[in-house]
Amino acid sequence: MNDDNHAIQMEGIHKFFGKVHANKDVHLDLRTGEILALLGENGSGKTTLVNMLSGVYFPDHGEISVHGRPVTIRSPRDAFDLGIGMIHQHFKLIPVLTAAENIALGFGEGLTISRKRINAEVAELAARYGFELDPTQKVYDMSVSQKQTIEIIKVLYRGADILILDEPTAVLTPLETEKLFAVLRNMKADGKSIIIITHKLNEVLAISDRVEILRKGEFIGVVKTANTNQTQLTEMMVGRPVSLSIERPEPATECDRLQVIGLTCLNNEGVKTLDDVSFAARSGEILGIAGIAGSGQKELCEAIAGLYPSIGGSVLYTNDQEGTPVRERILGLSPDAIVKKGISMAFVPEDRLGMGLVAAMDITDNVMLRSYKDNRGPFVDRRKPKELAERLIKELEIVTPGTSTAVGRLSGGNVQKVLLGREIALQPGVLIVAYPVRGLDINSSYKIYDLLNEQKARGVAVIFIGEDLDVLMEIADRLLVLCGGKVSGIVDPREVTKEDVGLMMTQVAQNDGEVAA
Amino acid sequence: MSAVKTKREPLLRMVKRDDLAPRRAWAFRGIAFVAALITGGLLIAVLGHNPLLVYKDMIVGSWGSPTVIKETVKLAIPLLICALGLALAFKMKFWNIGGEGQVIVGAIAAGYFGFFMADFLTRPMLIAVMFIAGVLAGGIYGLIPAFFKARWNTNETLFTLMLNYVALAVIKYLMNGPWKAPGSSFPKMPMLVPGGRLTTILGVHWGWILALILIVVAWFYFNRTKQGYELAVVGESENTARYVGINVRRVIMRTMFLSGALCGLVGFLQFAGADYTITEGIAGGVGFTAITVAWLAKMNPFGMLVVSVFIAMLERGSNTIQTIYKIPASASSLLIGIILFFMLGCEFFITYRLVWRGKGVADAEDTNPSVGASVEATGDPPVEKGDSAVRDSAARGGVAS
Repeated sequence: MNDDNHAIQMEGIHKFFGKVHANKDVHLDLRTGEILALLGENGSGKTTLVNMLSGVYFPDHGEISVHGRPVTIRSPRDAFDLGIGMIHQHFKLIPVLTAAENIALGFGEGLTISRKRINAEVAELAARYGFELDPTQKVYDMSVSQKQTIEIIKVLYRGADILILDEPTAVLTPLETEKLFAVLRNMKADGKSIIIITHKLNEVLAISDRVEILRKGEFIGVVKTANTNQTQLTEMMVGRPVSLSIERPEPATECDRLQVIGLTCLNNEGVKTLDDVSFAARSGEILGIAGIAGSGQKELCEAIAGLYPSIGGSVLYTNDQEGTPVRERILGLSPDAIVKKGISMAFVPEDRLGMGLVAAMDITDNVMLRSYKDNRGPFVDRRKPKELAERLIKELEIVTPGTSTAVGRLSGGNVQKVLLGREIALQPGVLIVAYPVRGLDINSSYKIYDLLNEQKARGVAVIFIGEDLDVLMEIADRLLVLCGGKVSGIVDPREVTKEDVGLMMTQVAQNDGEVAA
Repeated sequence: MSAVKTKREPLLRMVKRDDLAPRRAWAFRGIAFVAALITGGLLIAVLGHNPLLVYKDMIVGSWGSPTVIKETVKLAIPLLICALGLALAFKMKFWNIGGEGQVIVGAIAAGYFGFFMADFLTRPMLIAVMFIAGVLAGGIYGLIPAFFKARWNTNETLFTLMLNYVALAVIKYLMNGPWKAPGSSFPKMPMLVPGGRLTTILGVHWGWILALILIVVAWFYFNRTKQGYELAVVGESENTARYVGINVRRVIMRTMFLSGALCGLVGFLQFAGADYTITEGIAGGVGFTAITVAWLAKMNPFGMLVVSVFIAMLERGSNTIQTIYKIPASASSLLIGIILFFMLGCEFFITYRLVWRGKGVADAEDTNPSVGASVEATGDPPVEKGDSAVRDSAARGGVAS
C-alpha cells in the first residue's frame, strides 16, 4: 500500500500457448480511480492479459504488482483476496436463486445466512452505484443486462476495488450500455479502478480515461482518451490506416426471393421462440436482422434452412425456372429435400466450427461438405473440391499452409473465409449469414462486407444477422428488428437513429409492424 | 488483502504443445515401447528369470516354427477383423463395446445352419449360408443399440456392453438345452461336421486372406467413399452433418450394422474355421482386445494389421513362457498390460509437456512460425519504430499523440 497511485502494474508479461506467443513483453498500468480501456482486435491478447490478473492463467514471465506490492496470483481465489474482481463475458449464475442469493453465494461465514441482511446489503450497494436491481428477483426471470448487473454487484459485494470487465457491452442494447456506463462512472467517483475490454471505439471514447492498445500480443501504447480519436486508435490497433466506412450500393434487381409468413416455432420447453414472424427477403438487397442476443435470430435462420421445427406459418422460395418464377414451399423440408427441389440456399451459421464446418477435417474435405453428393457412384471425388479450396485460398487470401490443413487450426478470420467462400460457391439465391464478423479482425471484417456486397450485386437475397448495430445500420438496405421472437418492425436504416432501433429491440411496437419504413 | 504471501509459481504445470513433427512423435512412441520392455523386464527379473531370455523365447514361441506361426496368425485374424469393425463405429464416435456379443451371435447364427442344416445343403452352399447368417446376425445385433441411439439418444456404451452378457446367456441356454450335444452328459454343443469346416490355405483357414482383403476395403471405405466421409462428419459434429443434409439416423444405423456385421463375420470364422463348436469362450475377449487394437492403430486399417499381429504374438509368446518358465498366466497378462499402458500413456506426452517451477516456457520451445493457428499470431510484420517510441513515452507516464 505504499503507492496509492497505481492499482495494478504489470511489467514485461509473456504468455505462450504452444507456439503462439499470446503476450509479448506487455505492460499495463492501472491507476487508482481511473477507467482504463484495453483495446485490441480479437486475438491481440487482451483477455489473456487480464486472465493473468484474475488468476485463470499464470504468466510465463513478468512481474505483477497490486497497489505497489509485488504479488503472485495463482488462482482466482488469490485475485479475489487482492481485491481484483473480474466480470466475464459468460455469466455464472444459478437461475433458481434470487439476485441476492447469487451474490452472497459462497461468501457466507458461519452456518446460517440471513436473507434479510443480504437483501438489504445488496440493495444498499445497488443504490450506491445507481444499479436497478431487485434483490429478491429470481435469475431466470432476468434479462441479460440484469444478469450482468448481478455479476458486477457480486464482485463489489466481495470487496473488490479493482474491476475488470471483459467485453461487457457485447450483450447490451445501446440504452443498457448507457446505463452501464453511468454506473461505471459512479464507481470511478467512489475510488474504484476499472479495466474495460472492448473493441468498439465509440465506447472507448465515451467511457475511458486512458486507452491501452494491444496488437498481436504486443504492447503498442497508452494514450489519454481526451487527446485521441477513432482514426488514431484504429491505426494503432490495426497497425496502418484503415478506412472505416462500409459501402452500401443501391439494390440492383428486386423481387421477393424469400417470403416468410407467420413463422412460429417452439423450443423444447414449449416456449415460443418465434412468434408470427413475417417478412420478405428481396433479391439484390441486404436485409439486416437486429435484436438482443437470444431474440430468435438463431431459430429464424435454422427454421428457414430446415434445421429447426416449426409449428406454423410458411416459407416460400421463388425459384426461377427457365424464366418463369415458381414458388416453392420449403418450411418443414430437410436441408436435403430443399436441395433436391433445385433450391440453392446458403447459410453461414453462428457456430462456424460446430455447425458450418468440421474442425478436425482439412479445407478440401470441408469444402466438399456441400458437394460430395454431386457425382455418381459410391466414391467421393476430391479433385473438384480441392480445386475450389485452392481457388478460395487464393481469392479470399486465406492464410494456411495448404488445402490439407485442418480448419480448426486456422484463425477465426480464415475459418470464416473458408465457410463463406464455400457457401458463396453454391451460387445461392438466398444467403443467410449469422454474425459473420464476430471475433474477426478489422481487415477480415471488411473483406466479409465486400463479399456480401458482391453477392448483393449479383442479385442474391442476403440476410445479415448481426449484433453490432453500427455495422447493421451501415450495410443493410432494410433492417428487421426482432424482440422476444416477434418482429418489432422493419425499418429503413437511413431514416432512423440507432436509439430508435435500440428501443425497438426491447419492445414490440403496438399496432402495426412497420414503425418507420 | 494480504493473504497472498508466497511468491512462487506452481511446482508443475501442463502446457499444450503445438503438433509435434510426426518423426518426433514416433520417436516418443519408440521410447515408450522400450520403456515398457524395460519395465516388463524388471517384473520378469523380480520373478527370478533373465528378461532377455524370456523375451527371446516369447519371439521364438510365436514365430519359431510353422506350427506356432499358424497359431499366431489364427489369433490375429479375429482381432484384426473385429478391430476393423469397431473402428467403423469409433470413427463415428459411437463407442461400440459390444464386439464380444456381436461375435457370439454371429457364431450362434452360423451354428444354427452348421448344426442343423448340414444334411440338406451342399458344402459350398452350407458355408455360404453360414457366412451370410453370421454376418447378418452380427449386423442386426449391432443395429439394436444404434436404433435406440438414433431414436432416443440412449447411451451406446452401456447398451452394447450389456448386450454382451445377453449373448453369453443365450449360449449358456442353448448349451444346456436345445443345442446340447446328443449323448453328452456334459453341457456342450456338438461338433461341426467336417463338410462345414473352412478349407485351409497354407495351413490356416482362409479367413486370413479375407482379413487382408478387408484391410484394403476398409481403407477405401474410410478414405474414398461417400459413406465413409459421412460417418466421419457425423462423428466429428452431428450438427454439421444435419446442416449439410446428412441423414444422421441413417448413417448411425448403417455404420453400426456394418460394424456388427464384421464382428459377426469373426463369429462365423471362429466357429467354422477354428473351434468347430460353440462354447462360452467362442469370442474369448476378442471384442474387447480389438478395442485396444483399433485405438493403438489410431483407426488406420494397415496399422491394425501390425497391432493385431503384435498382440497375437504377445498372447502366443506368453503361452510359451508360461510352459517354459512356469511364469503364471496373470504375469504374462501383466506384461501385455504394461506395454499397452506405456503406448497409450505416451500419447499424453505427445500432446502436452510438463513445465517445472522456474523453468519458463519462453526459451524452451523453438518458435518456428509455420503451421495453422500460429500463422496470424506470429507471422506479423516487424514492429515499426514508431511503436517503441509510443511505448517509451507511455512508460514514462507521458502521453503519445
